[in-house]
Amino acid sequence: MTELVRKTAAELGALIASGETSAAEVAQAHLDRIAAVDGQVNAFLHVDRDNVLAQARAVDERRASGAALGPLAGVPVAHKDVFTTRDLPTTAGSRILEGWRPPYDATITRRLRDAGLVILGKTNMDEFAMGSSTENSAFGTTHNPWDLTRVPGGSSGGSSAAVAAYEAPLSTGTDTGGSIRQPAAVTGIVGVKPTYGGSSRYGVIAFASSLDTPGPFARTVLDAALLHEAFSGHDEMDSTSIDRPVPPVVEAARRADVAGLRVGVVKEFAGDGYEPGVSARFAEAVELLESLGAKVVEVSCPHFSYALPAYYLIAPSEASSNLARFDAMRYGLRVGDDGTRSAEEVMALTRAEGFGPEVKRRIMLGTYALSSGYYDAYYGKAQQVRTLINRDFESAFEQVDVLVSPTTPTTAFPIGERADDPMAMYLADLCTIPSNLTGNPAISVPCGLADGLPVGLQIMAPVLGDDRVYRVGAAVERALEDRWGGPLLAEAPELAEAAK
Amino acid sequence: MFDEHAASDGSGRDGEPGGAITRDEVAHLARLSRLALGDDELGHLAAQLDQIISAVARVQEVAAEDIPPTSHALPLTNVYRADEVRPSLAPEQALAAAPAAEGQRFRVPRILDEEA
Repeated sequence: MTELVRKTAAELGALIASGETSAAEVAQAHLDRIAAVDGQVNAFLHVDRDNVLAQARAVDERRASGAALGPLAGVPVAHKDVFTTRDLPTTAGSRILEGWRPPYDATITRRLRDAGLVILGKTNMDEFAMGSSTENSAFGTTHNPWDLTRVPGGSSGGSSAAVAAYEAPLSTGTDTGGSIRQPAAVTGIVGVKPTYGGSSRYGVIAFASSLDTPGPFARTVLDAALLHEAFSGHDEMDSTSIDRPVPPVVEAARRADVAGLRVGVVKEFAGDGYEPGVSARFAEAVELLESLGAKVVEVSCPHFSYALPAYYLIAPSEASSNLARFDAMRYGLRVGDDGTRSAEEVMALTRAEGFGPEVKRRIMLGTYALSSGYYDAYYGKAQQVRTLINRDFESAFEQVDVLVSPTTPTTAFPIGERADDPMAMYLADLCTIPSNLTGNPAISVPCGLADGLPVGLQIMAPVLGDDRVYRVGAAVERALEDRWGGPLLAEAPELAEAAK
Repeated sequence: MFDEHAASDGSGRDGEPGGAITRDEVAHLARLSRLALGDDELGHLAAQLDQIISAVARVQEVAAEDIPPTSHALPLTNVYRADEVRPSLAPEQALAAAPAAEGQRFRVPRILDEEA
């Protein structure tokens, strides 16, 4: 492994801009790293080496011609396979889209290209972003670089593993119920769910449209902020995009102080179901915040314990509607079209073969929750709970500036442990779901190890207060790195590199 | 926590909301969902859906009389963009990923003379 792959995105951008290294050299180092370790990690679904090097050379040519480069020009990024890309397949981890080449780029894909970022490839994910482990991918499970027998979280588990394994300094994800923050937490990296509407959904294959939020992964808070800034902002192609300036996240990540800030500990996110090691690291992180000058108080959000059941009514309901577009008619898989069957029969056969078990479960659950006779008792009630959770957030943020909790109740669990137990799998998102239901921004930053596995600290802020989660996250990161003498990821075991 | 409350309330589980989900009901949901599922899959799903629905039914414990529903995190309504002509996909691009195409059209299985 060359030293280049250990560098942060901010460092790489500066080295490329100053000419100390080239984008092509940086791209080659990461391609070599992918070739050496991805056989074990399985973070990537598609990598096109020639395409990667061509993107990098284009950045080098722009620099040679005297063009001013942005802070991330020439920096590699791993892109979740849920974003459409014209030049790479896009599958969302599903058999039903195997081999599909979209005719257009997602807005976020286009903005990565415009910023000069080099897209290394597309990363593995739970099918249609439904899951917390990548075990629901139709194309094999991704392995956690800290312990290859464990999951890397999900749904954006390919993206978290790629960054934790030094295959990429940055990656993209989408967070519908925790799909960025939970994988970041269990792989010891930084992951951010921006304010809903702050990052465009255009060209993101839809799971639950009122919840889906693209966001960044990185090894440092500053790097996450740089990527956040590069791809965020208003998009007229997304009718729920916020037409407001992007919060000053990079400035906040550099500021990194919490003196005088009021921090609320969510009382409901503790107790049974939280691993002792997770609770211990969380308690230490709260003490750390206090020692840095924050004022810590306990806050009650009484309806947060109903967020998980409400989410598992709302998200499947939206999914059952969104996934109706996979009808075997215009693109994707078509099964059983032998001239004797009707369109409806072909549709049902294709969907039965093309979707995996979790996707089928959620489509059926959503169809049930929206059925006449059940609508008021389930979907309607969940929407009322959503209002109450929003009120909990609002009253909490009258008392404090940010809320904190563990990101997820446990460290990375073994592959296979929860694969056929949907309810156990759903619990991984217990602490992350409230912010999805209300649109609030939240970050997960590493806060230590429990039994040798990473633990994440979640920091939540009011809507459009994205800068605040970066400011607090960066303060925690700086203090902990001082204490540890380096980043948490330095504690991860070295992966054996395959011979070339 | 969540799963401890699953199926512990025992309230009205007979055809009412919150009632046990039957295999026939699952078969009906599969039809509505356009999923041609086999017998094994239906049986497995019936058990799992019953467990999940019992758990999510916890939302019914919340006192939410007179609480307005929230469908969306942002209070946005009727967002339009300007009605301008702009470049769009050529027919060949739109048809490039079609399972079957003919001329400038998607070729689909028969849709007429179907039984309901």
